[in-house]
Amino acid sequence: MADRSFSASRLPGFSTIATIVFVVLYAPIVTLVIYSFNEGKTVSAWEGFSLRWYQQAWSNDIVQEAALRSLTIATCAMLIATTVATMAALGTTRTGPFRGKSLISAMINQPLMVPDIVTAISLLIFVAAIKVATGYQGLLYLILAHSAFCIPFAYLPIKARLESMDLSLENAAADLYASPWQAFRRVTLPLLAPAIMAGGMLAFVISLDDVVITTFVKSGGQDTLPTYMLGQLRRGTEPDVNAISTVLLALTVVLLSLFFLLTRKRN
Amino acid sequence: MTQSTEQAGSIARKNWLLSAPALVVLTLAAAGPLMIMVVYSFLTPGEYGNVTWQFSLNGWRGILLTEDIFEPGTYALADAHLTILLRSLKLSLMTTLITALVGFPTAWFIATKPVKTRILWLFLITIPFWTNLLIRTFAINEVIRNDGILNSLLIWAGAISAPIQILYTDTAVFIGMTYVYLPFMVLPIFAAIDRFDMRLLEAGYDLYASRGQVLRRVILPIVKPGIIAGSILVFIPSIGAYVIPRILGGGKNLMVGNLIDLQFGQGRNWPLGAALGMTLLIIVMIALVFYTRLTNRGAARG
Amino acid sequence: MPNKIAVEARNAVKVFGQGASTHSALSDVSVSIRQGEFFTLLGPSGCGKTTLLRLIAGFETPTSGQILLDGADITNLPPNKRAVNTVFQSYALFPHLTVAQNIGFGLQMQGRPKAEVKATVAEMLALVKLQAMADRKTSQLSGGQQQRVALARALAPKPKVLLLDEPLSALDAKLRKDMQIELKRLQMETGITFIFVTHDQEEALTMSDRIAVMSAGQIQQMGTPRDIYTRPANRFVASFIGETNFLPGLTVPGGVQLDCGATVAVDGQYGAAKVTLAIRPEQVRLQAADSPGAIPATITNWVYFGTDTHCHLVLADGSALVARLQSPAMGEAGLEIGANVAISFAPGAAQVLQD
Repeated sequence: MADRSFSASRLPGFSTIATIVFVVLYAPIVTLVIYSFNEGKTVSAWEGFSLRWYQQAWSNDIVQEAALRSLTIATCAMLIATTVATMAALGTTRTGPFRGKSLISAMINQPLMVPDIVTAISLLIFVAAIKVATGYQGLLYLILAHSAFCIPFAYLPIKARLESMDLSLENAAADLYASPWQAFRRVTLPLLAPAIMAGGMLAFVISLDDVVITTFVKSGGQDTLPTYMLGQLRRGTEPDVNAISTVLLALTVVLLSLFFLLTRKRN
Repeated sequence: MTQSTEQAGSIARKNWLLSAPALVVLTLAAAGPLMIMVVYSFLTPGEYGNVTWQFSLNGWRGILLTEDIFEPGTYALADAHLTILLRSLKLSLMTTLITALVGFPTAWFIATKPVKTRILWLFLITIPFWTNLLIRTFAINEVIRNDGILNSLLIWAGAISAPIQILYTDTAVFIGMTYVYLPFMVLPIFAAIDRFDMRLLEAGYDLYASRGQVLRRVILPIVKPGIIAGSILVFIPSIGAYVIPRILGGGKNLMVGNLIDLQFGQGRNWPLGAALGMTLLIIVMIALVFYTRLTNRGAARG
Repeated sequence: MPNKIAVEARNAVKVFGQGASTHSALSDVSVSIRQGEFFTLLGPSGCGKTTLLRLIAGFETPTSGQILLDGADITNLPPNKRAVNTVFQSYALFPHLTVAQNIGFGLQMQGRPKAEVKATVAEMLALVKLQAMADRKTSQLSGGQQQRVALARALAPKPKVLLLDEPLSALDAKLRKDMQIELKRLQMETGITFIFVTHDQEEALTMSDRIAVMSAGQIQQMGTPRDIYTRPANRFVASFIGETNFLPGLTVPGGVQLDCGATVAVDGQYGAAKVTLAIRPEQVRLQAADSPGAIPATITNWVYFGTDTHCHLVLADGSALVARLQSPAMGEAGLEIGANVAISFAPGAAQVLQD
């Protein structure tokens, strides 16, 4: 007999839609993961379990180079973005209104309000001009570009944590003879640390994932993993893209779990 | 001068100093280049790409008008560009609408789960959010391509005899965008529902409201800011979509993003590309103003 | 009893906000607090008592005026340079440190040697009886225990003055009473000057050596609990502390003539003007209807409070007042509603208020 008890929060049909959504969201991804272990090339036929695509990707020099480049850029962008975002969060949170505060907030959030492609071409123009002037072709353009659009992502969790921190804690530290620097180091920073790490991880993932901006800013031969994959997809599918995708997915799941642990509310 | 004004001054200075490094990076690689792009939209295309420093309105004119090559000075409507603009608007608005319709029940579902399992569901909806755009586009590609999952399943089940051509149509792009951007809609709505006091529902039912009325008159007005936030988060990337139409639309079903790409590649018309980029920005800003008005109106009435 | 002044505020003014929207929290407040005193700032919320405390602690700077500690001007000194420590209303315990680490924090910031820190922390733990909790995280403690940690942390650096910002407001009634006794004992044992902020007038009366009653950014009256209770300076103090009856009247030679016609003898000279007579309910005596020299009144209601019975009365001119009587052993015979009685006041108990 169906349970007839009344539940205020039950809305008919919603659970069904939600379940379908989850299935539809995951089915393609799960299929992709499964078929990365497929001996054969296409998803229309399963030809047995195999790791060949992983081996092929691993031994591919271009893939290795692209992976290394992705990780380098992501690490640098994460470090830069998180550091400056932490400082900016300290400067804009828990402080009364001051001249220019809304301008600073607007500038920090601006990358979120602009579509990728627009940022990409504006950077293309800018970098092209500098390349002509200096002849430099290295990774710094990409690192700088990534740092910029990672800043708002690092900023958000740090600002949120800072806002929920009790100002009286820093007052108490000052009351107990801590200098402003000591109060920051011994009270603010330890309490802010999980949020800083969460912001860093978010910045890392965002940088790792970027394809549009990187495509337009990079110089020839400077592929990152996503741009390599984009190139492969245009030529028709090579199953090693499946394998690379699965590895990236695994990395995302690990980082996301860490993020959830770090931002979990404490009771 | 009273002490408080001095203090206010030194506090402002300290905050500016703290924010300075972020502002420097952002000016160099975000705000600054945008300004340069505006300037470039008023220049003339160069011989081999890039620009020559000569003022011209052709970049802006080229968005919707083509100059007759035999009779310079006369302009006709650029059908192709118009089609692309309309397609982009149509697809992104449809995507926003469908993701809202489907995203709301999903967010409700997660938010009304008991606290212990809720975090698991939240985790599940967030994974796609963090997964590479390319991977998800690729995954949906695998589903709708001619030798993909959908067609293979339908053929195996005997429902059709030959694969349906979904890929390289507007529909494919629409499906792709809805699939990729759905989590962007769910998360803000979830946040709004999370803050919603469920006891208001009991009050509604106590006062003889039906389920439909409770949804319309109690839930939606309060949760509206979340829906609006989600709509912005979906509309902005979808109007500027580049990867999805490129992979799923082939070379034929271009959106504005691809048109811009063309100007910096084969088209060799950087000013036009810059002007198109500005157009996207203007569309986004109009949408933002529109959406903020919606939120404020709700707040004033509420 | 040493009369040295520990803390002094001179003409302190504090205005918040700028331009069009300003809020005046303190208007020209001057107060001297003696060494070793238990001094209370008492008043309703918004009266400025917490603002004054924060000026002394250093979390705010006065818009004008001075703050002095032991005679030295500390007005512009940051809080970490003042030998003053605070027990915060929300306790503000560091959640990432243990109880022992919290207590030792101030000493560490002062750069004391490790051995000294350890010894003092142990001493403080014994003082507040929390030795068993030394290594616990503060979030694991009950409200009362957290309060004691906050106290120990503020006392550990042996400050000259201890500031307490409504420290007992989050505790339940029983715990509150226990802590009031605890705090008073600590203050007398350590001899540190305590400046205590509260809105609870009963708390202030029971614990303080002296009280400053505040309202709307100004000190209304300053004195010992007895002074404030028996000789309220104005209507605000009279009604904020305990209960008071207010009876309108006119000054006449030798006393005050109430509106109902009767004259009450009072000390002191007042100009011939409209005044208010303030009399505490427990100073109102109930007598038989035609007792000589007593004021005729009618009983309108009575309420039983256990040890007391409150009797509501009305005078000939319609003025209402309340008399607090010890509950009659035989019940309320004689306290019928509508009964005619007479009242008199204990000699010297009536206060004349000219506002």
